[in-house]
Amino acid sequence: MIATLKLVVTAVEDAARDIRTVTLATPDGGELPSFVPGSHLVVECEGPANAYSLVSDGVLPEHYRISVLRVPDGAGGSRWIHDLGVGDTVSALPPRSAFAPVATATKHLLIAGGIGVTPMLSHLHAARRWGRRVQLLYAFRDGYGAHVADVEELVAALPGGCVELLSDRAALLGRLGEVLGTQPLGTHLYVCGPGAMIDAVLAAAQAGGWPASRLHAERFGVDALDPGEPFSVTLTGSGSTVDVPSGVSLLDALDGAGVAVPRLCRQGVCGECRIPVTAGTPLHRDLFLTDEERRAGDAVMACVSRSLGPTLEVPL
Amino acid sequence: MTTAPATPTSTRTSTPTSAASAEAALTPHQDALIAGFPFPFVADRYRYSTNVEPAGTSVPTPAGQWGAAVVEVDVEYRAELAERAAILRRDPGRHAVLPHMHAAAWDTLLTLLRELAAAHPDRMRLTRDPAGTGARDGWRWENDLLGVVQEFTYGDDTTLPTEPLAWIAGQVQEDIVLLDQRNDSLWGDAGVVTFAADWSFGFDVGMSFLEIHGPVPRLREMGVITRAHEFLKRLQPHQPYRRTNWTLTIGRRLDVSTELYPEWGPDRAMIADVDDATFGRLVHLRVEVQHLIRLPESAAICFLIRTYLLPLEQLATVDAWRLRTAAVLEDLPEDMADYKGIIKYRDRAAAWLRAAGPGR
Repeated sequence: MIATLKLVVTAVEDAARDIRTVTLATPDGGELPSFVPGSHLVVECEGPANAYSLVSDGVLPEHYRISVLRVPDGAGGSRWIHDLGVGDTVSALPPRSAFAPVATATKHLLIAGGIGVTPMLSHLHAARRWGRRVQLLYAFRDGYGAHVADVEELVAALPGGCVELLSDRAALLGRLGEVLGTQPLGTHLYVCGPGAMIDAVLAAAQAGGWPASRLHAERFGVDALDPGEPFSVTLTGSGSTVDVPSGVSLLDALDGAGVAVPRLCRQGVCGECRIPVTAGTPLHRDLFLTDEERRAGDAVMACVSRSLGPTLEVPL
Repeated sequence: MTTAPATPTSTRTSTPTSAASAEAALTPHQDALIAGFPFPFVADRYRYSTNVEPAGTSVPTPAGQWGAAVVEVDVEYRAELAERAAILRRDPGRHAVLPHMHAAAWDTLLTLLRELAAAHPDRMRLTRDPAGTGARDGWRWENDLLGVVQEFTYGDDTTLPTEPLAWIAGQVQEDIVLLDQRNDSLWGDAGVVTFAADWSFGFDVGMSFLEIHGPVPRLREMGVITRAHEFLKRLQPHQPYRRTNWTLTIGRRLDVSTELYPEWGPDRAMIADVDDATFGRLVHLRVEVQHLIRLPESAAICFLIRTYLLPLEQLATVDAWRLRTAAVLEDLPEDMADYKGIIKYRDRAAAWLRAAGPGR
């Protein structure tokens, strides 16, 4: 249904220690599809497809730019990206939006940890275009500060904009209380970084009385889900049973049994691999289903979610 | 989605209908409207459904085709745009853009100009950085059909003669509603709607999607509207969808908004007293082709409503359309016919179509 983009690597730069920025363009240099701030590009690395936040401007761009932290013990996507050179070709799906700025916000408070700065860059490009009020807190370990000059330049152009660079998570959390307590009414908070840092920021905001509707988190990237308990899935369509061992996703187990389920992101974000559940209790680990849908328990995102009990039944 | 048989195989009959037999042959203008008419019924029974499908694919009909482009330009283009301009002069309340929709208005403008230029390259052209200075936000729009050449800077209202959403509404026949997404809901926060079918954009602006659809019978009970709401919230850029909706309208009247009810409301009683030839000439099948587009930069949803009107006397020249429309009208439940405002004359419309067969 969606056309895959064939892209060419036009530049490779080291953005910081272990972080590489890759610039992608169409082979003929034409316009690329616009994207919503905070969007990610799903790149077909060898093997898994990985989602990377776009760090460039989104209005009919002539290139897409992603910055990727090398994760030595990851699934291999980041190593594959780091091995790319100028002239190499890459397949990607058009950008997908899951972390958009809220149009009614009176101010945008962006909080980034490490490589979590990446979605904030496209937020800042849009903020500059539309004159939005922005404050950025950016925590990173010494040497790992990617795009520091970029964010400073983007924010400097904004009326009242400010960037604070913090040396680590403790410094960020120490600063948070005052920042959260002094925002104008109508401020929305956006946080991206390691899972524990996101959880700490959200907990501090909730403790400070921020309503959930003003809090937005982007959990991409560095945290791998735990391998999970083994279970089996009963396919009522074919009457067969498929084992899902620990460390294997329901989606991959179904693939192995010849049951094709559509998928895009494989990270529980895009919603493509939703399958119905007729018995058993899903262990939801996705970011797609609403709380109400989770409680209903009649659907599961096969890429990341599992079963609470020993068996799950699906009408496939 | 419906599970309907394929498009009927019968083709258009050249035999004038009994009611229309005194009329002259169809003009090329009328022929063009019939050829592009998006006949909406895929079965002899119509009920509400979340009938969305990917946009941009051509649908063949016994008379021609529709649906190849997201923004269609037809022989009514200049006339309908002139009518929209006149309506907006009379009643500026048909246009509203809440302040937070400014970026979405520009996003709509660029998205629709690109659609127009792609679909009609012989008559419309969009050029980036026309001066060649590297200013990537600079654009030039040329529209031969309107004799318009407009240069503008993306995001800068001072480079256009009017507010950007009002300006783009002067280039497309479609009505436009923009929905903002926040707090897990969609909000109708901007639009230019001059051809509303028995509703009022000025009344609805700022309401949530679920509130706007509250009055429609059956929708909530069937879960149609909550499913549509969930679908729209997940809609991604670059994957536009479409659906059709329909009703009957008396006279070729695009503006049957609530604001003008005193002008058109009495027609529903008047139509009972006209002779058969007048009935077939006045009663129109009104079809809306609605496109649903996640705007690619602002993340608002652009909801386009394009209205097509075909009088029964011309609809009946396509026999498959005549029979299917009669069947749908005969079967339509009372509450749906009442909500559509056609309950007083839908039985006669069905009977008129049954009687209008070829060979009469």
